[in-house]
Amino acid sequence: MMTGVDWESVIGLEIHAQLATKSKIFSGAATAYGAPPNAQASLIDLAYPGVLPVLNAEAVRMAVKFGLAINARISRRSIFARKNYFYPDLPKGYQISQYELPIVSGGAVDIVLEDGSVKRIDVTRAHLEEDAGKSLHEGLAGLTGVDLNRAGTPLIEIVSEPAMRSAREAVAYLKKIHTLVRYLNICDGNMQEGSFRCDANVSVRPRGSDQLGTRAEIKNLNSFRFVEKAINYELARQIELLEGGGQVLQETRLYDADRGETRSMRSKEQANDYRYFPDPDLLPVELDEAYIDSVSASLPELPDQKAQRLRQDYGLSAYDAGVLTSSAELADYYETVIERAADFPGVAISPKLAANTVIGELAGLLNRDGVDISASRVAPAALAKLLARVADDTISGKLAKDVLEAMWEQGKDPDAIIEERGWRQITDESAIEAAIDAVVAANPSQLAQYRSGKDKLFGFFVGQAMKATQGKANPARLNELLKKKLSG
Amino acid sequence: MTDLHDKGVAELSAALQARQLSSVELTQALLERVQRHQGHLNAFISISDEAALAEAARADAQLRSGTAGPLTGVPIAHKDIFCTRGQKTTCGSRMLANFISPYDATVVERLRAAGVVMLGKTNMDEFAMGSSNENSFFGPVRNPWDAARVPGGSSGGSAAAVAARLTPAATATDTGGSIRQPAALCGVTGLKPTYGRVSRFGMIAFASSLDQAGLITRSAEDAALLLTAMAGFDERDSTSVELPVPDYSGALALTLKGLKIGLLKEFFDTGLDAQIEQHIRAALELLRSQGAHIRDVSLPNLPLSVPTYYVVAPAECSSNLARFDGVRYGHRCENPRDLLDLYERSRGEGFGAEVKRRIMTGTYVLSAGYYDAFYLKAQRVRQLISNDFERAFREVDVLIGPTTPTTAFELGAKTADPVTMYLNDIYTIGANLAGLPAISLPCGLSQGLPTAMQIIGPHFAEERLLNVAHRYQLETDWHRRAPPGYA
Repeated sequence: MMTGVDWESVIGLEIHAQLATKSKIFSGAATAYGAPPNAQASLIDLAYPGVLPVLNAEAVRMAVKFGLAINARISRRSIFARKNYFYPDLPKGYQISQYELPIVSGGAVDIVLEDGSVKRIDVTRAHLEEDAGKSLHEGLAGLTGVDLNRAGTPLIEIVSEPAMRSAREAVAYLKKIHTLVRYLNICDGNMQEGSFRCDANVSVRPRGSDQLGTRAEIKNLNSFRFVEKAINYELARQIELLEGGGQVLQETRLYDADRGETRSMRSKEQANDYRYFPDPDLLPVELDEAYIDSVSASLPELPDQKAQRLRQDYGLSAYDAGVLTSSAELADYYETVIERAADFPGVAISPKLAANTVIGELAGLLNRDGVDISASRVAPAALAKLLARVADDTISGKLAKDVLEAMWEQGKDPDAIIEERGWRQITDESAIEAAIDAVVAANPSQLAQYRSGKDKLFGFFVGQAMKATQGKANPARLNELLKKKLSG
Repeated sequence: MTDLHDKGVAELSAALQARQLSSVELTQALLERVQRHQGHLNAFISISDEAALAEAARADAQLRSGTAGPLTGVPIAHKDIFCTRGQKTTCGSRMLANFISPYDATVVERLRAAGVVMLGKTNMDEFAMGSSNENSFFGPVRNPWDAARVPGGSSGGSAAAVAARLTPAATATDTGGSIRQPAALCGVTGLKPTYGRVSRFGMIAFASSLDQAGLITRSAEDAALLLTAMAGFDERDSTSVELPVPDYSGALALTLKGLKIGLLKEFFDTGLDAQIEQHIRAALELLRSQGAHIRDVSLPNLPLSVPTYYVVAPAECSSNLARFDGVRYGHRCENPRDLLDLYERSRGEGFGAEVKRRIMTGTYVLSAGYYDAFYLKAQRVRQLISNDFERAFREVDVLIGPTTPTTAFELGAKTADPVTMYLNDIYTIGANLAGLPAISLPCGLSQGLPTAMQIIGPHFAEERLLNVAHRYQLETDWHRRAPPGYA
């Protein structure tokens, strides 16, 4: 029995990212998602007798891009190997992968922990391989169908060190890699379609131990939420097992999202002996300095660099910069808003307010309606105009939220909405004073209480006066005039 | 014209170009001959008939319109390991007994583009695994020199068909000697080019790092004509080499003066038939009289080639043949209970004994715990053997030795003991392990059976090999001898 032990979680991820090449890694067939079954399976993908693989140079380029982006070593010579096993969705009876000499090794990414500190997660390796097809069961009573459209789609498998200490860390790392591959334009990151998925190796050990516990591998997790849930379930399962005097078995487990639990798929004893050996049909991949330099020169600004720049240029917090750079599209949107602010000379739009609006109200609307930032119904120029209207006191910051929502719903210009709804802020002192006078006259007892020292009633009068102006009074003016009036 | 069947590619080409002969007439004559001898030789798995005649008619039209090339209208046969569009491609196996290929192998495509007419597909050991052609699902091929004897393998059908004058030439493949050994046992010329010289695309794989497409012909001159059309880089085969293809006919007649020949010492050590040795020594004398210098050369690691080969080749084959699983094409068992049953019975029924033996051997040598001791060690020895050859070619231009230890043996003589059968490839395997070009050519008759010598050259020295072979064939007539009854 091992009760009262302080357990430490040890997690490593194997991430599979489908590379966004037009054609497959070893054939000319298209890789687009969603075609009718087997419409995108060439004779090579079908493993017809006599066919041979030819490496897609674009897949190599993308893998090198990834390696450079995580400061990894790019192998000047890497080798494709065959991983042998039988399965109907694996037409050749082997998967072409890389084993002993992967194209990328080493490297690291930084993640931000909840307490704001930064943790470096080491990447062991990233190798090129081909995806398998899919077995289909739906609508085929008692039969299994095989769809080989996905067979031969290029993947990089990114293997981390067992460096994560909680499900949260694992998710933060996964998100970081997700952000990175999308910045690099090497993967569309679509988890629902399986373009980006991972296996999690999970174990526990008494804190302070330098030995790794026996691990279970949870296969094929395809959402950030599932990754967190599956790992937490598995950690709890292992701890309960160990504390009950049991042992963790080295095995492959599946996460059942409906039941929120993991269950055994196959044990170590049932595991395949993959009989890896170098694929004699493919030459070693040899890369020279000039090639690597050219790929290096093509790298875009990476998320960490971009976040650093946003902090410097716009005085944003680390958190805001981190959220804005979580996708290149979001950061681009933000920067376009800032750029378009120049359309309003003499008006100082706050970059901080812009950031808050983009990652607060706008993100809320995008999420609510499941719309991607690149398809936002409010264009950056329109948002810049809205922010300008706040900055030049045309509307109050409070109403800006409503104007944004109306822009989102109706696709109209902010000025049009402000005019239509009469939301233009009242800055005219006489109009505000008139409203204040009416409120004060209507509430003599509250006035008496206030004057006898009940300061808290100030808020009551603000509320009433705002109500009287349909929220349009300039709050600063209102406060100022009200204070003067109440004090008598 | 008469005796059409006895003419080689070069002669037929000349006659076709001169319009002394039509391709249809020639094809008709050969098809009849193929049919006549099919019953007792069993050299073919399928015969093309109508398709061949249609191709011949097209060739004649080209010959008439002056758009023909040197091979237009020349009939040949393809080993049934090459995929041929719309036609059966069986690889000698029950697994593919009804397989119709949807595409042409590069070799087939190139020869088709050069205008050749395909008479049919020749018999072979199943998946090219064998040295006697007794492993074919379609039954053994008989040696035209003696029907009680084997033609050799795995390209036994191609060799027997060329020897019996059923076709002037046939394509073939060589993984451990599968072109040269049957050529030797049938008294014809067999050329295995350098690994990477001819595309492997569409050639059903046995052992990818060793497989090489080549030719069985009656003379080096004919081989040169066909190789020029077949060879060259193919973007669909990453292991094919991007080097220009010379006109192999161009260098045939070069003098042998100053040629440095190495005599492969290890090949004459043990087990070589005395008559074969005598014939080779006579051949060497002839080459010496043409101005060649001869010296002994030792390749100390060469005797390790058979065990090395029988690790590397099965390892690759065990993986290459995994695609034959009954799921997408090929043999599928009746009423499989479940997936495992589908795999086990489809493969169990579809593959013959020798193929299964090699798949099992290969699976074993790649298994966890055995990989280092077998596969990795074999790869190291393979490198040593390559190094031996490389060292030898710093001293000499070509190496000469026997192709086989004996002349054709009787059917059934070696089927009981696989290792005895494997030892038949003892002289041929080295060139495959090192990826070198080699040619076998007849150099005598021993008790009515052909004997042969083998010439091995450095990488991409096909021109040199064909040159030496051609000069020898200009001075001798062994390559012109037809088996009794087939003249």
